[in-house]
Amino acid sequence: MHAKTLYDKLWKRHVVRCDDDGTCLLYIDRQLVHEVTSPQAFEGLRLTGRRPWRSAANVAVPDHNVPTTDRSGGIAEPLSRLQVETLDANCAEFGINEFVMNDVRQGIVHIIGPEQGLTLPGMTIVCGDSHTSTHGALGTLAFGIGTSEVEHVLATQCLIQKKARNMLVSVDGQAGRGVTAKDIMLAIIGEIGTAGGTGYVIEYGGDAIQALSVEGRMTVCNMSIEAGAKAGMIAVDDKTIAYVKGRPFAPKGDLWAQAEADWRTLHSDPGAHYDRIVHLDAAAIQPQVTWGTSPEMVTTIDGRVPDPADEPDPVKREGMKAALEYMGLAANTPIVEIYPDTVFLGSCTNARIEDLRAAAAIVKGHKLAGNIKRALVVPGSGLVKKQAEEEGLDTIFKACGFEWREAGCSMCLGMNEDRLSPKERCASTSNRNFEGRQGQGGRTHLVSPAMAAAAAITGHFIDVRTLEV
Amino acid sequence: MQAFRHLNGLVAPLDRSNVDTDAIIPKQFLKSIKRTGFGPNLFDEWRYRDHGELGMDCSKRPLNPDFVLNQPRYQGVQILLARDNFGCGSSREHAPWAILDFGIRVVIAPSFADIFANNCCKNGILPVVLSSAEVSRLFVEVDATPGYCLDVDLEKQRVTTPGGDVFTFAIDDFRKKCLLEGLDEISLTMQFVAEIKDFEARRMLAEPWLFSG
Ligand code: SF4
Repeated sequence: MHAKTLYDKLWKRHVVRCDDDGTCLLYIDRQLVHEVTSPQAFEGLRLTGRRPWRSAANVAVPDHNVPTTDRSGGIAEPLSRLQVETLDANCAEFGINEFVMNDVRQGIVHIIGPEQGLTLPGMTIVCGDSHTSTHGALGTLAFGIGTSEVEHVLATQCLIQKKARNMLVSVDGQAGRGVTAKDIMLAIIGEIGTAGGTGYVIEYGGDAIQALSVEGRMTVCNMSIEAGAKAGMIAVDDKTIAYVKGRPFAPKGDLWAQAEADWRTLHSDPGAHYDRIVHLDAAAIQPQVTWGTSPEMVTTIDGRVPDPADEPDPVKREGMKAALEYMGLAANTPIVEIYPDTVFLGSCTNARIEDLRAAAAIVKGHKLAGNIKRALVVPGSGLVKKQAEEEGLDTIFKACGFEWREAGCSMCLGMNEDRLSPKERCASTSNRNFEGRQGQGGRTHLVSPAMAAAAAITGHFIDVRTLEV
Repeated sequence: MQAFRHLNGLVAPLDRSNVDTDAIIPKQFLKSIKRTGFGPNLFDEWRYRDHGELGMDCSKRPLNPDFVLNQPRYQGVQILLARDNFGCGSSREHAPWAILDFGIRVVIAPSFADIFANNCCKNGILPVVLSSAEVSRLFVEVDATPGYCLDVDLEKQRVTTPGGDVFTFAIDDFRKKCLLEGLDEISLTMQFVAEIKDFEARRMLAEPWLFSG
């Protein structure tokens, strides 16, 4: 039989029909819905008199707009409240299961999918959100879509798609101590660029990826979109199976046995063809810090802010100049001499329990450095928060000077009140350092949770491996 | 969806690569639950000197005179010229809605982010990919020629300059057909209801756990 990649296998099992030109109707097993990109889709259904094809395939949660401070009084900001109430009303009208704001299972859509077992290996998963690629860590084909497509999936359970090209990013060997999934992914983006994955689905493989926990794999797949890829995915192995087993929406009993046997086939066959293969040496990857306004503007902790004068390409040179101006950084500044004012531990990239544990291990017994004006921990879900509290992590963070918040997207994009002020500099565990992303004029440096924690207690970026833990 | 066939329109140059959807329409405007009205907030943080919020009267806000779309010569723009990886970042369809609402029907760049290009096609906006060299040349010509217009013909997949130079571009056949005819994809898919049902029935047997919840 013809050797197939993981993507080939996932694609094939979801094709309903295909035209000669390769335009296919792809069946979608799961749609995740949040309040920002869905109101116009539900409105579209109402205007055309359509009903959801299969309500049970959809799950909704409000995450982008929700306050992360005390919620007992509801949402104060009227526009955010309207958007969340609109989601509640639409889910009620169309019979869609929703984890409402005050449900302990509420959280960032890409965190609660895997956590609840709503994300199962072998599925196609979509959401009106580009970080849907996160779910690929469990051997799924998962990608972000626009609102018109949200409506299309609601109405037909399908999408019109063409197969993308397939890239293997193999991270070979073992990453060193203190080098995390986030560092690996930032290094990959630094290598292939933010458009390097355009037109591709990326499969991540190699020893260093296999060595990651499932949560770490989610961090990697999450940022596939920052590499321009349509989706990211990782083969199913024992860790995947162990992760899924026993989750609330995972199959049980005989169905579990049947599912597990099927899922164990979800890996690329030896000799399968990829359109492009990229190798990285894990041992050479150092902790990473972004210095600019695009995730590819990244360097190592022992590096310096680059000098636009050294860039031969004039378009890139201008881009670098604009980025440095926006970031308020001089060329050649050592990364360790950059001083943030804010630390944000959160987002669908890095707000799972392992992320909080890694950061807590660094800050334990320390205080925020004097120049850190604000430090937030925003757990990815109500259940992550609960787990962290059971482990006493909240006490460690609070003793250090961090604020301990409710779950949501929060300062990853600042649609609620958690935002940077102009020129405020943030060490952030999120995924985008675009201009204005965390608040108009705000300056974002993307780092791992451990590196953010290290910056919080020392007041500047520092190689976390040099700290005594 | 509004069909797109042919356009002869004024071009404005946005000389940046990696223009992301947060820049095209900042997040505070995503709180709208409507599809229309985003035009005044297109590129809000670059276009105005103050901080914009949903519901503000943009006609009273201080404009940034340096931003290209505010310059008198580019008023009435219908074609936006940009650099690599235009529309990267979030999947928000509010970005093409804002572009359309502003009156832009074509974006020309050497490359686009996938989701953004897809969202454009679903809203009657044509993303045209030309080579970096061709795009660079257009930047020079636009800059040198006030009132510079391009002729964009989707049927023939051609961009023609005022000087008569012709650049061809590639586009997926299905996307082209939908744009030319202004087709509603949901109605297209609805023609295959029976096939979708058959497919579901087969998968219920092969992967029953997917349907047990
Ligand atoms: S945490 Fe950030 S990236 Fe993730 S879904 Fe929320 S806003 Fe998007």
